[in-house]
Amino acid sequence: MQKLIAAIAGRLVIIVPYLWLLILFLIPFFIVFKISLSQTAIAIPPYTPVFNLADGIAANWDKLKELSFANYLWLLDDPLYYKAYLSSFFIAAVSTVLTLLIAYPLSLGMARAPLTLRPTLLMLVILPFWTSFLIRVYAWIAILKPEGLLNQFLMWAHVIDTPLNILNTNTAVFIGIVYSYLPFMVLPIYSALEKMDHSLIEAAQDLGSPPFAAFWKITFPLSIPGVIAGCFLVFIPAMGEFVIPDLLGGSQTLMIGKTLWSEFFSNRDWPVSSAVAVVLLVILIVPIVLFQRAQARAQEEGR
Amino acid sequence: MESFGSFRRKFAPWNDPAAKPYITFEKVTKIFGDFTAVDDLSLDVFNREFFALLGASGCGKTTLMRMLAGFEEPTSGRILLDGQDLRGIPPYRRPVNMMFQSYALFPHMTVEGNIAFGLKQDGMAKSEIDARVGEMLKLVKLEKFAKRKPHQLSGGQRQRVALARAVAKRPKVLLLDEPLGALDKKLREETQFELMDLQVKLGLTFMVVTHDQEEAMTMADRIAVMDHGRIMQVATPAEVYEAPASKFVADFIGNVNILDGTVEKVANGEAEITAAAQGLTIRAETGKALAPGQKVWFAVRPEKIRINREKPQDASFNAVEGELWDIAYFGDMTVFHVRLDNGTLIKAASLNAVRKTENPLTYDERVWVSFDTDAGLVLTA
Ligand SMILES: Nc1ncnc2c1ncn2[C@@H]1O[C@H](COP(=O)(O)OP(=O)(O)O)[C@@H](O)[C@H]1O
Ligand SMILES: [Mg+2]
Repeated sequence: MQKLIAAIAGRLVIIVPYLWLLILFLIPFFIVFKISLSQTAIAIPPYTPVFNLADGIAANWDKLKELSFANYLWLLDDPLYYKAYLSSFFIAAVSTVLTLLIAYPLSLGMARAPLTLRPTLLMLVILPFWTSFLIRVYAWIAILKPEGLLNQFLMWAHVIDTPLNILNTNTAVFIGIVYSYLPFMVLPIYSALEKMDHSLIEAAQDLGSPPFAAFWKITFPLSIPGVIAGCFLVFIPAMGEFVIPDLLGGSQTLMIGKTLWSEFFSNRDWPVSSAVAVVLLVILIVPIVLFQRAQARAQEEGR
Repeated sequence: MESFGSFRRKFAPWNDPAAKPYITFEKVTKIFGDFTAVDDLSLDVFNREFFALLGASGCGKTTLMRMLAGFEEPTSGRILLDGQDLRGIPPYRRPVNMMFQSYALFPHMTVEGNIAFGLKQDGMAKSEIDARVGEMLKLVKLEKFAKRKPHQLSGGQRQRVALARAVAKRPKVLLLDEPLGALDKKLREETQFELMDLQVKLGLTFMVVTHDQEEAMTMADRIAVMDHGRIMQVATPAEVYEAPASKFVADFIGNVNILDGTVEKVANGEAEITAAAQGLTIRAETGKALAPGQKVWFAVRPEKIRINREKPQDASFNAVEGELWDIAYFGDMTVFHVRLDNGTLIKAASLNAVRKTENPLTYDERVWVSFDTDAGLVLTA
């Protein structure tokens, strides 16, 4: 009896994550997917057909036949959508590269800092998470707007005479994304660099490498798993980002998150916006799978 | 001149006043914060010498090596290599290579890649690099493992890769920091001889750090015994063992019995010493200038002490009676612990040269321990 309970408990431990996946991912995904196959209607909810168990099997079966991929064909037809996907991809990719360029030296500095200082530095990187994301993005409006802090400072320092127009441009979106996702890049790179044995660098120097060559041939290759992890952790959420382009970007900033929002709230076209979301997910599955593979490989090599 | 033990090879430039040292540490001090890791240390090492730094953990051996490799600069003093002052020369421009205690193999490179690393850094031609790498792989018998990554190798194989990588550039001096520390006993003993062969074959100067005295004595031409950042004695293994300069060295190397005594008289190179606590009169050959009444130590190795049931013919000196307290059997030899009447334990070792003994000594027997006048050493420091 006790064995049986133990066996069930053992299973339960394995089941919990799957249950989690089922309730919080698969079921919502199928609901969204189903809506994406429906048509808009002026009703509540604003699409047809709506399934109802009370109607009986035959009626529901007829409704099932009404579902179609028409919305997906619509996405293909209208260049607005694929432009939005491409533009999102471009913005996410540029932001990822910029984040990497800032995060790498930062992580290197942290990993080479005295041991006693490292927890403090790590804390400083994580600290912004303690304030609301929305508030931090709003703060950037105050910094970047024409009469904002940045322009005031630059004009006071006589670097410029007329205020820079940063807010409501793609530049502001890049700044926002780089700022918001920096910790996601810093943490994996730092952890890869920090666990590296310093005697490897000394060995490289001992064998004739000046410091820069030693960095390039030893430190950097060994930090690549961290770099890959960081890039995915920034790229994947940045691709679907909505708040940052909405608050900091301008009318010309085209991102799929914004498109989705306007389809959903302005046009009240739930089926099309659902289709947009499903396509985004399918597009992101490619990098997610690549990411998982890279992680598994890094683990296998025991680094 | 007296000689001790047996010689591995006819090589003793340190006895030649005309020989120029290859590496010179000149009054070198290294201070970390308020801790003195190396203390006003001077040392000469000769070309093609196999030199060992021996000392307890934390006595500054690694620090001394790291200063020669260029990872630390001396706080004061100079280090000369082949006549050149090394101060200010970065590690990557010193003709010295080091085999790290942790091996520090590059995990993302194959065995070949690791060995070729230093050669590529020198801008050697590809064909030449390939030839040298092949030669090194053969030298350490790892030809079959050339394409493996370090994590696919055993501890002993990794050790050999580290060695091959360090000698590939044919440095003037090879530094080895506890090169065999991570190997098990049997492999360690085999590897000691491989290292010795390699050193002779390549004609390099080896400086090896170890805390294992047997290892140092097996491999080295000379040993420096270190304590708290200072050198206590530099000598051949046999000299360090048979003629330790101080009580510290005698105690550090091997097993020894040390008795406190007072000099009674000195005549014809022989001192008479009373070890009052043990009720023992010692007569010992010595070249040291001693004065009657001087407090000294008498050190004698266990294997130079005889143990018998019968009282020796002349028991008036170098002989004392006690109870057999403990017997440690090591196979090749047996160490007897004899408890004298005042409680002092004397260790006496005897070689088990025959397989069977009739009526062997057993616990609690009354026995006599005795030794010759040249068996031990009078120490004043
Ligand atoms: N970079 C350093 N900073 C502070 N103390 C150090 C440093 N390197 C070594 N030490 C200290 O110097 C002493 C000698 O160390 P080391 O040379 O590594 O000893 P060994 O190799 O003989 O075991 C140790 O007490 C160690 O703590
Ligand atoms: Mg050490």
